[in-house]
Amino acid sequence: MNRDREGAATARSNQQPMPPSQLSPDLRLRLYRLQTELREAEQRAYDLFLQNLVKGTSHLSLGQEAVAAGFAAAMEPGDLTFCTYRGHAHTLARGVPMDKVLGELMGRDNGLLRGKGGSMHLTSVEHGHMGSYAIVGAHIPIACGAAWRAQYKGEKDITVCFFGDGTTNIGAFHEGLNFAVIWKLPVVFVCENNLYMEYTPIGEVTAVKDPAAGRASAYGLEPIIIDGQDADIVYTTAKAAYDKARSGGGPTLIECLTYRYSGHSRADPAKYRPAGELDHWKGQRDPVRIYRERLLAAGVSESTLAAIDAEVMRRVDEATAICKAAPPPPAEILTTDVYADGGWAWRN
Amino acid sequence: MDVLMPQLGETVTEGKITVWFKSVGDTVAPGDNLFELETDKTSMEVPATSGGVLREIRVQQGEIAPVNAVVAVIGESSNGALAAAPRRPGIALEPFQEVRTPVRNYGPAALPSGVRVSPLARRLAAESGIDLTRVKGSGPHGRIHAADLNTLQPPPTAASTPVRTLYRDIPFETVPIDVMRRTIARRLVEAVQTIPHFYLSADVELTRLLSIREGASMALGVKLSINDFVIKAFALALQRVPAANAIWAEDAILRFRHSDIGVAVSIGGGLLTPVIRKAETKSVAAISTEMKDLAARARERRLQPHEYQGGAASVSNLGMHGVREFSAIINPPQSSILAVGAGERRPVEGADGAVRFATLMTVTLSCDHRVVDGALGAQVLGAFKAAIEDPVALFE
Amino acid sequence: MAELTYREAVARGIAQEMQRDPDVVFLGEDIAKAGGVFKATVGLLEQFGPLRVRDTPISEQAILGAAMGAAMTGLKPIAEIMFSDFIAVCFDYLANQYSKGRYMTNGQVKCPLVVRTANGGGARFGAQHSQSVENWCMMIPGLKVVAPSTPADVIGLFAASVRDPDPVIFLEHKSLYPVKGEVPDGEIVDELGVAKIVRPGSDATILALALMVPRAIAAAEKLKAGHGIDCEVVDVRSLVPLDTQTMLASVARTHRVFTVEENPRLCGWGAELVSIIADEAFYDLDGPPVRITTPHIPLPSSEVLEDLAMPSVDRIAETVRRSLGS
Repeated sequence: MNRDREGAATARSNQQPMPPSQLSPDLRLRLYRLQTELREAEQRAYDLFLQNLVKGTSHLSLGQEAVAAGFAAAMEPGDLTFCTYRGHAHTLARGVPMDKVLGELMGRDNGLLRGKGGSMHLTSVEHGHMGSYAIVGAHIPIACGAAWRAQYKGEKDITVCFFGDGTTNIGAFHEGLNFAVIWKLPVVFVCENNLYMEYTPIGEVTAVKDPAAGRASAYGLEPIIIDGQDADIVYTTAKAAYDKARSGGGPTLIECLTYRYSGHSRADPAKYRPAGELDHWKGQRDPVRIYRERLLAAGVSESTLAAIDAEVMRRVDEATAICKAAPPPPAEILTTDVYADGGWAWRN
Repeated sequence: MDVLMPQLGETVTEGKITVWFKSVGDTVAPGDNLFELETDKTSMEVPATSGGVLREIRVQQGEIAPVNAVVAVIGESSNGALAAAPRRPGIALEPFQEVRTPVRNYGPAALPSGVRVSPLARRLAAESGIDLTRVKGSGPHGRIHAADLNTLQPPPTAASTPVRTLYRDIPFETVPIDVMRRTIARRLVEAVQTIPHFYLSADVELTRLLSIREGASMALGVKLSINDFVIKAFALALQRVPAANAIWAEDAILRFRHSDIGVAVSIGGGLLTPVIRKAETKSVAAISTEMKDLAARARERRLQPHEYQGGAASVSNLGMHGVREFSAIINPPQSSILAVGAGERRPVEGADGAVRFATLMTVTLSCDHRVVDGALGAQVLGAFKAAIEDPVALFE
Repeated sequence: MAELTYREAVARGIAQEMQRDPDVVFLGEDIAKAGGVFKATVGLLEQFGPLRVRDTPISEQAILGAAMGAAMTGLKPIAEIMFSDFIAVCFDYLANQYSKGRYMTNGQVKCPLVVRTANGGGARFGAQHSQSVENWCMMIPGLKVVAPSTPADVIGLFAASVRDPDPVIFLEHKSLYPVKGEVPDGEIVDELGVAKIVRPGSDATILALALMVPRAIAAAEKLKAGHGIDCEVVDVRSLVPLDTQTMLASVARTHRVFTVEENPRLCGWGAELVSIIADEAFYDLDGPPVRITTPHIPLPSSEVLEDLAMPSVDRIAETVRRSLGS
């Protein structure tokens, strides 16, 4: 069934495939570089986990790079993102330095949150990355609130909210969608349908065939499904939705068909997948490979791409070295920032 | 972002704000002039180095502040960080000690007879030396409450009945003796009967101290009292004369490394003597802050025993009541107490033989002769006088 | 000075803050056109317009979530949850989002907002519209929890809550809405974390909150008149931050302590206060600390049963009298 669905993805996409020439060569190199960065940094996170240097849990999005890269590349500075605990890629895509992200996964003092948040809560307000939320669906109404602020204050930023297919079955998703539509908020909802909620195929637990798009009409929204492995399609779809939000046209819900190469979290070997499914996606549908081949076909030289690859690897290695050398956080931050006065005093 | 008092020249220590160009709530851009500053050297306009909203002005027009003092606060302009309502300074919570369990224990909850005793009654009995086996409890199942201690009559002494009979023709009100009064009475009788007291007095000139105090109070933003300086000076004097920083322990003399100074605080119905620990190591401002807290809590009867026990010496100051000089009874088991009188303008003979007026106060040191001999006491008093009269050392 | 009802004080408190700061916005179910199901927000839509006073669908998660998103990005939202019982359907925002955002992002995320809600029993609404849920909120690090007992406190503590940079859960007592009280003219701004001695006394300390404050005062008067027992009544007002110093100082004077709590017994706020007092003021205590609470049951609807369940003036007075052995 899953094979069926992904096979039909492009056919079922109601977005017009973009003629490649519409995206500038610079932009396409940027999209390639970004996807490569997300891929290699995530792969490094996994390697560090295997070396026992990343503790706790982490939820990788290897295989889903085109979604994060395409949506982020289409944003303006000042636009806001909200994502889930599967958020390393969305964090990096907004420009957060790799050493800060890896440092946080490793629980080091140089981490983005100095080890107080961890993998599931990566946040960088200065980059417009308003947080990674580990309670499924919680951030959908929160994203509405951020968009409401822009609407109320007449500010031009838009809010983009990423979530998985599993989120479409929780109440906050439905409350948030209804809310965004009735208040006509400048928010773009992005469902990354990677075919599995956690361990269970999404189709087995969902009333409609397309978990997000199948619900769109209930909120008066256009059902949009796109091929989430094609960064060009992702980018152009994102751009259109952002333009609509920015010009007062209200929210958009976009379902991206994609696939995660690893299990739900580090504890999940993903044995529930049918034989051959992973190989198929990695072999035929890998977003980084698809994009690399497309650029070569469009006349970009192998050496240009190889130089990008090498530079990305160098940056990943540097970030890793920084994190390995970083100390653990000091004990005194244990009780800081519970309240706005910087401390935690609940009594006098 | 804090706006600091700039240092307009190497030797400048403070500045006066003559004009504020911005008001609280104004939006400020980097480079906007904030205020005009006047020092003994120059006057200039001081611009903002960061943008935002002027949240707070701490040094007003016409006021003087030391270099580096925070004179104003500039906050974020957008994304609505509102000025927080002024917070009362909370206590600093210690991780894993959010609740502070008293360290001292006052004996078991049940007597050998099985009678239960309330925690308050146990504490009061221990502090005033009451034998709980002689107390009859009035609570449920005969539990002893604090009030039961007050009903305990001391063993009749020869004096008590005749005293009343002497006054039987005169109307009087009978005031019951509470636990604190009884404790004070017992301890002072013990002190006078067992401690061989002798007394040394000296006049101490305050002129320099008073002028330094004014400047220091302003610079620190803390109102320093003469007593704060007396505590520090006495602590330093005991460091100079270590043999006097000691107490009589019957089988030995206990000599201390640090100067823990008790300070008599009058509270409703009695007095308490909270102790400033290691007073020689603390700044006068720190002593002042600690003393205010201890005195306030003493008056609320909220001191923990460890806060009023120990030390080798105490200070008792009745100067604020206009007392010129007095001698005090030593607070056992300590070995000395310094009785401090009021500062007064008195004529003194200057170095040139001319008469001038200066502010002097008379202090009297009561000493336990078992520990402190006359010459030793005189050394302590001399060191104290030197410290007060050359008060710069008090700030070291 | 004017006499206002607690209900009118709510609207005046909100208006005072919306007037002061255009970033203060207000959202909730039936709050705008209808003026609130308790009529506590009448007139605000007319005064501040539909962009600042917004009706929402019955979507408690959307209300609290949107308030957070707006607060993190620069507004100062006031969100109404109609009945405090409904906090259970949007508890995630209190338990996981408002309270933890700042800590786990190393101070990056701020959440200056107020959730107002009608709390407590006495209105014969039955078990799902009558609960006292202050302890649900109090147990979460990162939240502040306030519960006023008088119209003047409604305005002053509400202003302090809106101006506070942390998320504040503001529990209005629905049985107090019709109660009148003197309110000073002009702007009123109080302070969070300051308990108030509302009736001085020397024999025992009674700690109370919201509707239990007037009941504790009435019980104290009764004890004085009938038995010569002089109780000090402390209005706790704010559970977080908690003014332990006022309570400990009171216990140090009276040596006995009672809590009057509307919540069911287990893990009520009084349990925490009693534990602090038992620890820090142990040797000030001349008898056991006593908690007077609703029994550990859901609240029934019938007035006879509900009155039996909640701490009454008579039950408070009788418990204190018996415990002091008079």
